[in-house]
Amino acid sequence: MESLGTNGLVLNEKLLFEHSDPGRKGYSLPPLDVEEAVLPEALMREEIAGLPELSEVDVVRHFTRLSTWNYGVDSGFYPLGSCTMKYNPKVNEVAARLPGFAAVHPHTPENLCQGALELMYHLQAALGEVSGFPAMSLQPSAGAQGEFTGMLVIRAYHDSLGAKRTKVLIPDTAHGTNPASAALCGYDVVPIPSGPDGVLTAEAVAQHMNEDVAALMVTNPNTLGLFESQIADICRVVHDKGGLVYCDGANLNALLGIARPGDMGIDVMHFNLHKTFATPHGGGGPGSGPVGVCEKLAPFLPGPVVKKEKGAYRLETPSGTIGRVKAFFGHFGVMVKAYAYIRTMGPEGLKRAAQMAVLNANYIRARLEGTYHLPYKGRSLHEVVFSDRDLGGDCHTLDLAKRLIDYGYHPPTIYFPLVVKGAIMIEPTETECVEVLDEFCEAMKAIAREAEDDPDRLHQAPTRTRVRRLDETAAARKPRLKWEG
Amino acid sequence: MSTQYIPHTEDDIRQMLETVGLSSLEQLFESIPEAVRLKRPLDVPSPLAETALLREMKRLADTNATAESHVSFLGGGAYNHFIPSVVDHLISRSEFYTAYTPYQPEISQGTLQAIFEFQTMICQLTGMDVANASMYDGASACAEAVLMAVRATRRRRVLVSQALHPDYRETIRTYCRYLNVELVDVPFDATGGTSLEHLRPLLGKDVAAVIAGYPNFFGVIEDLAVLGEEAHAAGARLIAAIQEPLSLGLLKSPGELGADIVIGEGQSFGIPLSFGGPYLGFFACRQQDVRSMPGRLVGETVDLEGRRGYVLTLSTREQHIRREKATSNICSNQGLCALMATVYLALLGKSGVREVAVQNFSKARYAREKIAALPGVSLPFSGQVFNEFVVSVPGKAHSVLEKLEQQGILGGVALAPFYDGMTDRFLVCVTEQNTRDEIDAFVNALAGGL
Repeated sequence: MESLGTNGLVLNEKLLFEHSDPGRKGYSLPPLDVEEAVLPEALMREEIAGLPELSEVDVVRHFTRLSTWNYGVDSGFYPLGSCTMKYNPKVNEVAARLPGFAAVHPHTPENLCQGALELMYHLQAALGEVSGFPAMSLQPSAGAQGEFTGMLVIRAYHDSLGAKRTKVLIPDTAHGTNPASAALCGYDVVPIPSGPDGVLTAEAVAQHMNEDVAALMVTNPNTLGLFESQIADICRVVHDKGGLVYCDGANLNALLGIARPGDMGIDVMHFNLHKTFATPHGGGGPGSGPVGVCEKLAPFLPGPVVKKEKGAYRLETPSGTIGRVKAFFGHFGVMVKAYAYIRTMGPEGLKRAAQMAVLNANYIRARLEGTYHLPYKGRSLHEVVFSDRDLGGDCHTLDLAKRLIDYGYHPPTIYFPLVVKGAIMIEPTETECVEVLDEFCEAMKAIAREAEDDPDRLHQAPTRTRVRRLDETAAARKPRLKWEG
Repeated sequence: MSTQYIPHTEDDIRQMLETVGLSSLEQLFESIPEAVRLKRPLDVPSPLAETALLREMKRLADTNATAESHVSFLGGGAYNHFIPSVVDHLISRSEFYTAYTPYQPEISQGTLQAIFEFQTMICQLTGMDVANASMYDGASACAEAVLMAVRATRRRRVLVSQALHPDYRETIRTYCRYLNVELVDVPFDATGGTSLEHLRPLLGKDVAAVIAGYPNFFGVIEDLAVLGEEAHAAGARLIAAIQEPLSLGLLKSPGELGADIVIGEGQSFGIPLSFGGPYLGFFACRQQDVRSMPGRLVGETVDLEGRRGYVLTLSTREQHIRREKATSNICSNQGLCALMATVYLALLGKSGVREVAVQNFSKARYAREKIAALPGVSLPFSGQVFNEFVVSVPGKAHSVLEKLEQQGILGGVALAPFYDGMTDRFLVCVTEQNTRDEIDAFVNALAGGL
């Protein structure tokens, strides 16, 4: 098999500051057309020491070279589990850059930004329909802030009833943001183990459930890629004791048009527009993390939300709001892209996305089961989690991940979820064709053979990249967090 | 039914199902109980082809007033600045924007080095020791700064200037809602700056931090040095919140003036207005606090062969490792927005940041003097400003702004929704984008509307 990964001419590039040459600049401004005003000396700084001086060409080459050291979805297969690295449609980028969106100031009077508000209104409605939640806030900046928002809403609701609840139940398969968000709301976190088949049982929840518990936080499908099949019973158990159920919507891609969290008894859920709705991940952000809630929680949402009245759109702050979690209305530029995606896909397209995402994950599972150890055998939805148990030659998940880079792939998510030792979490998404999946599976199998026959190839990997394995211990021991000349 | 984003043909599906050992797509979802399945199609609009989609998006976009369709003097935490064409061109390299968090440093050096450069430039601008890889926006960075000061001092009282951006103050309140942190408002005085007279009696051994804008919401340049002395005498941290970072091209750096934590909104650095987001929170502090910082940090190291490279570092502070004991729940950063700012600052560089700042300051001064000379108009605050200032037109703020709108001018941000008793006032912002002719026309229109 010919590897996708190969060697090519990659250019070195210094830091911006090391390029700097006094007197160069990379911009032009019209000359000042009023008298230059002078700031009192006591307030004025000296020149900004260290800021670089570069020509436009310098800057363009610098960042173009840097870009070639990156790997994106447009470069190749990026099966990063739980992150839903699907293809980012280009027309959505064009839409978000229309001046009527990109150049609108957030303090524009409502009567002069009706189109922006209309888009938000329709997005609120579409997300509500997809998830089964009647009320929506588009404000949270990303998934973690959405979680925080959702948990604040839960706490505000309990407070409004005069209930003193102090605990939040979180299964051991949860993302780290779940306990961190709950803690920010002043809750004590009670971890609960998932069952031997990786699924949470209503029984386990019942054991921990009492009047001290404010909420259960679940991820469905969970981080093992399994549907929490007892979800309806679990919700009943929590509700019977007056608690609420929060759903981490990170894995919503598997459920589009198939099932809706709001219909399962879940009370609050955050979306990740950058996962499910195909907006770019941007090298780490910006994301967007809207929150949907059931009717009784609507008054507590952060404001403002968009309402329609007599044919006009306006901003309104809910009566019992927890307050805003950021300035203005949320990541509007990301909302434009998500809305464009929903309009392109339509009802059948969204369902098709879920079906093909799940088919792709199951296809990879079928092709690799037998080569890699599959710790949980339940029906996979959007992702499949293997482990490194059967990998030979004293090779581990990290070695496999690094060797995959040499083969030309972005590695899967590794060492997560924590319930699987040496986890290899693969989420192909629906935008990959069968040929890509086949090639990836062949690479995975070839690496398993190498681990037996020539384990050093894994231990030394990656070897084709611009830099090889980096010394993270040294980085943390003596942190160098900026350029100091 | 293959679509442009979903490549599967019917043949592919048949063959893949066979490999999986199933006979229908429905069987893939067998683990989902019948009772919770959706038994009807989603009620969302029918699909649009690219041309129709763009037509619909343009319809929505075209109804909005923009800095292109109108002459704009809107500021208040988001600014209409010149963005060089290079910025969008470079951030549109899909190796940047279709990548995610640099978990695998060997194939993420582009993102990592750019963040390292970003961290460096934020330190240079703010005069601080360390900066993180960015946060959601200025308001949430401000709330995170409060939480860090509380952690670092083990004190629970925080003094918040009322002249700090109202959205920032509300965000702080939301973040602190259930964390047993007492937030105390500090009024502003006739200068428009934080009142020292009110601040002094509030400072005691229980105060974790004092927070003020620099410049503040009224555009006024606070006396950070004095605020810092007062805060430090009580053992508290001084947090400077920068809502207009181009001011740092001209003003003494907060670090030089004694700030302990400097956070802010980086939108002015090449990021489009986009109706309020996505923007760019930045977060900088002293070396002593580095291990209680929130958010990602990129550090320099070497690879196996001794070549320089960059990695995410000090991650034992973060939620994926510390879970409920993490310094913050934040997981992502504003990667692409931080890249925009890095490109912008690289293009402008040392002289450009100064030149833009001087233009903003000079044009705002020009507009302010002309407006102050109009009969029936007053400037309620006496403090030195950077590029925005408050105007008072007794009984007429609302009608004046409406009349300006009718002439295609967005004249300012009304302050009535943000402060009791400010029905007469609005906030005017002038940037390098406003020509002298525009300012003159604005002043004339304003005079005509009085």
